[in-house]
Amino acid sequence: MADGVGSETLAAGLAAAARPAPRTLWAETFLRFRRHRLATFGAVVLVFMVVAVIAGPFVYRVPIDEIDFKAKLRGPTWAHPFGTDDLGQDLLARMLYGGRISLAVGIVAMLIGITIGVSVGAVSGHLGGGADQALMRVTDLFLSLPQLPLLLLVVYLFRDVLRKTLGPEVGVFVLIVAVIGGLRWMPVARLVRAQFLSLREKEFVEAARGLGAPALRQVVRHILPNAIGPVIVAGTIDVAAAIITESSLSFLGLGFPSDIPTWGRILFDAKDNLDFAPHWALLPGTAIFLTVLAINYVGDGLRDALDPRKVLAS
Amino acid sequence: MGKYLVRRLLIAVPVLAGISLVLFTILALAPGDPFEELATNPNVPPEVAQQLRHQFGLDDPLPIRYARWFTAMVHGDWGFSFVSRVNVTTLILQRLPTTLYVLGSAQLLGILVALPIGTLSAVRPYSIFDQIATTIAFIGFSLPTFFTGLLFILFFSIYLDWLPFIYRADLGGSGWQYYWALVKQAIMPVTVLGLFQGAVLTRFMRSAVLDVVRLDYINTARAKGLAEHTTLVKHVVRNALIPVVTLVALQIPTVFTGAVITEQIFRVPGIGSLLISSILANDTPVVMAITFVYSCLVVLFNLLADLLYGWLDPRIAYH
Amino acid sequence: MDERELRSLIDDVKGGRLSRRRFVQMMIGLGLTAPLANQMLLSAGVAHAQTSRLAYKATKRGGGGTLKTLWWQGPTLLNPHFAVGTKDQDGSRIFYEPLASWDPDGNLYPTLAAEIPTAQNGGVAKDGKSVVWKLKKGVTWHDGKPFTADDCVFTWEYCADPATASVSIATYKDIKVDKLDSHTIKVTFAKPTPFWADAFVGVRGMVIPKHLFEAFKGAKSREAPTNLKPVGTGPYRFVDFKPGDLVRGELNPTYHMPNRPFFDAIEMKGGGDAVSAARAVIQTGEYDYAWNMQVEDEILKRLEQGGRGRADIVAGGNIEHIQLNNTDPNKDVDGERSSVKTKHPFLTDPAVRQALNLLVDRAAVQEQIYGRTGIATANFLNEPKRFASKATHWEFNVDKANQILDAAGWKRGGDGIREKNGVKLKMVYSTSINAPRQKNQAIVKQAAAKAGIEMELKSVTASVFFSSDVANPDTYTHFYTDIQMYTTTMTQPDPELFMNQFTSWEVATKANKWQGRNITRWRNEEYDKLYHAAETELDPVKRAALFVKMNELVIANVVVIPVVFRPRVAAVSKQLRVEQSGWDSDFWNLENWYREA
Repeated sequence: MADGVGSETLAAGLAAAARPAPRTLWAETFLRFRRHRLATFGAVVLVFMVVAVIAGPFVYRVPIDEIDFKAKLRGPTWAHPFGTDDLGQDLLARMLYGGRISLAVGIVAMLIGITIGVSVGAVSGHLGGGADQALMRVTDLFLSLPQLPLLLLVVYLFRDVLRKTLGPEVGVFVLIVAVIGGLRWMPVARLVRAQFLSLREKEFVEAARGLGAPALRQVVRHILPNAIGPVIVAGTIDVAAAIITESSLSFLGLGFPSDIPTWGRILFDAKDNLDFAPHWALLPGTAIFLTVLAINYVGDGLRDALDPRKVLAS
Repeated sequence: MGKYLVRRLLIAVPVLAGISLVLFTILALAPGDPFEELATNPNVPPEVAQQLRHQFGLDDPLPIRYARWFTAMVHGDWGFSFVSRVNVTTLILQRLPTTLYVLGSAQLLGILVALPIGTLSAVRPYSIFDQIATTIAFIGFSLPTFFTGLLFILFFSIYLDWLPFIYRADLGGSGWQYYWALVKQAIMPVTVLGLFQGAVLTRFMRSAVLDVVRLDYINTARAKGLAEHTTLVKHVVRNALIPVVTLVALQIPTVFTGAVITEQIFRVPGIGSLLISSILANDTPVVMAITFVYSCLVVLFNLLADLLYGWLDPRIAYH
Repeated sequence: MDERELRSLIDDVKGGRLSRRRFVQMMIGLGLTAPLANQMLLSAGVAHAQTSRLAYKATKRGGGGTLKTLWWQGPTLLNPHFAVGTKDQDGSRIFYEPLASWDPDGNLYPTLAAEIPTAQNGGVAKDGKSVVWKLKKGVTWHDGKPFTADDCVFTWEYCADPATASVSIATYKDIKVDKLDSHTIKVTFAKPTPFWADAFVGVRGMVIPKHLFEAFKGAKSREAPTNLKPVGTGPYRFVDFKPGDLVRGELNPTYHMPNRPFFDAIEMKGGGDAVSAARAVIQTGEYDYAWNMQVEDEILKRLEQGGRGRADIVAGGNIEHIQLNNTDPNKDVDGERSSVKTKHPFLTDPAVRQALNLLVDRAAVQEQIYGRTGIATANFLNEPKRFASKATHWEFNVDKANQILDAAGWKRGGDGIREKNGVKLKMVYSTSINAPRQKNQAIVKQAAAKAGIEMELKSVTASVFFSSDVANPDTYTHFYTDIQMYTTTMTQPDPELFMNQFTSWEVATKANKWQGRNITRWRNEEYDKLYHAAETELDPVKRAALFVKMNELVIANVVVIPVVFRPRVAAVSKQLRVEQSGWDSDFWNLENWYREA
């Protein structure tokens, strides 16, 4: 898919350089991204979400676990802007707190996936030969592993031990993030390897090699930046997938402990009252949806922005 | 063709062996004794536990254990469920057809939805149609299937009272009524799963067609006066399908994710719901076997995708 | 009315001069409960009114269509003596039957027995060491073979053999079963046994056919084809079974009770969750019956508004209660906290215990949380009614709690928390994670704060809290906190097993790997004596009085604070007529189920 991006990027860069007011590659990318209205919208929503869950609990200081039967299952009111659940707990506070975990799961899982993917892809593409073959077979193997069943298996086998050593929250977090990340690196590895194969022979890399740049430097300075586009796109999809996977685990009763209100958990708790207190399910549902939507738009925008075939007419 | 098939099958063998190795490693790395439950479970006699320990050779060094476990699996000796005292193979075979039926229908529905919508979206990128299709696709794959499933139940079963929400593997009756009942009960699980798949596939299809549309030979086809419709179907779609087939195959493992949850919600007696109940009941032999079966299914679907390539792109010769 | 008068009244009933019903009414007039009156008649040899309270209106066998039932955990096997959970017992009970079943009042109801053994009909030996069961004649297995005493003797041999690995082994291993004639068996006990109705009764009493299981007794038990294709004597014959998913049966045309069963076929579908099962029965009517509705009453009530079904609630003995630790959970003695060698710093003060008892607002718990599914109570032993004490009562009174604590010298400190001799009334209150329990904790904590007691709430994942993991300090049997709350289940209508959790020899310790059933570590000589007396007391009335006294002792000492007792709840469609029992399988009288037009 992404083969050939490098040369065209170069061409784009040359084209840009030929214009009167030369823009850097990143400025160009940013401008392209800005043109993608939905992507800009996505980025704004995403930034808002992240700021809200990080700063929110400091501003909105209602405790997440204060029980008040008199106010149970209320829709949005001034006292409880997002309404309450069946214990009269404030949903806004729980959403803000849970959002931290849900977003953290998504982002950390994505980072793990990308780190493994880039490493495997880079090593494979750089070394070539037998090592490459072996690594690609391993990648194929991992691509054949069914994700959720394996995730369930690992959670089933390891949850108690991790819970004991790291505590229930951190333990489950580490487990979920590691497994989701550990099962989503394969597309990235393939993409990066493909980039390597096509870039290795390119003039600028050869030039660098000719100048005696050490291998690691070649990789970090010249090849990786050119492979970054598709990797970012794959990464955004991973964030969304991780958030959904976490909520699915909560649904199956194997996710975070029930007193930790991740978005998936709130959605799960709300399911029995869906017809009587729809706000309870609607809010976390919307939050997951908006986040995933925003991330996907951003990914879309990045793909278009990083796609050099679409040179900006200035 | 036959030769190619054999060769692909031969490649599948090491993959399956590798998967079994991964599964086994997980089991071996798992802290504690996975059969610990046996010791405390009064329903399992010590000799059965002993025999199982022997069967899984838990006291031998790891490589020997793996070799033995693998041969047992190959010989079809998958052990028996601690909970129901039934052979694991019997349990799985009982439920596999249902899973394949629901999963297959859902995948088919997904493809039927995705192909036209994805193509039309790509032919007129950023048109109103494309914007709407894109948004709906995003909604489709950003809602967890358990949530859409529950919404469907509330709306179609409880509010409208149209569809049953409890799936039964063996419906009574005969004639058209039987078939109608069979279809009716599958509508919701298949739709929930199929729309999720369809959403993902639509995105793939759109980007694949976008890539192909711009290629020179399409312009050539247009230039030589081929009708737009013919160009689209014969050249664009056909070529765009090649990467899509790859992606569909890559996507298979995630289909199972959705399937496990859908089976749970609609009480579909497939291997996914068996997996969940076995996990909750600490029924290790069943859990391991089902995970392995899932892996086999993934390999199988990848194989089918490979065969499809040849049909879509005659340049790929089966040799 | 003294004993002599009572005896003469009973004689009148025996002689037909006084109707049974009139007698029961007189007894109720005297302040006794109906079951107790029945029990008196039974023990005096007056045969039971051996009919189900469910008036069976169908006049012929069959014609009722299919009975569709929903178990949100599907049965995984259909051998009653391998049953892992109630789901398996229920699945088996469709096809197999015991000699007698437990009705809702905790009385015996004859199923395969011709009559219930009593002292008067000579069934129960005077020394309490044996029981003679007369079996119904003309009963056949589903394959046409006759049901005889041999099958009962075989069932005993099968279950008692350790190699069979039966879950019913505890019921059968210490008894001896002899065949007296083709339809009479004698069960012999090693010592006088007042509660003789365990073997061949209820869920562990289902009789299996000798001719089909004979070859599979012992180590080969797993290989029996009949494990998956049951052949019993029940109202429905086996058709199909998919473990964890579906059990199907069809009408048994040779069933041994006239005009029964009503339905042509039965289905038991498994999987899913309790709420959607409730919806399928109560809201959409897709199914007729759903088992074990662990659903909040508020949701049940809303579903019931649709009018297609209802929640059917029947009393059982399960009790949600708060336990007070008698030992110090913070002091480590020989690697064990909450050791019996320690004393709790303040919970051993009766004033603190009484105050706590006054601070649990059971009415609010029932009203706000459990509704019909949890009834406020002062007693630990609530059911069957004959064992429930009338002398106890509970109240919620913060002022009174404050007075008691003031009088006992617990003075409020600067932070509003009471203290005495440097000991502060601060306690950790633990339970499992479960929404109703967290709500309950919050209610108690609020009230306690008003009385100057600070509670730290702790909730542990259910799988950990209820596990038997010796290494995990958070399990309920370790009890490494000051007070804790959970539901103790009562599985038999006889309280002997249930009440042993306050005896001194059952204390949970490190030495017995915390397997002991006395979690509070309360030890009391009087209680032990009462318990020993009940173990050998053969007169049911006197025995019931002993259990009533034990309960009162526990309550008077505030060993535990009962909160609500939990009845059994099922979802039943509007037309279906069923009778649930809190002491037996949901299908204990399946043959009497029918649908009203």
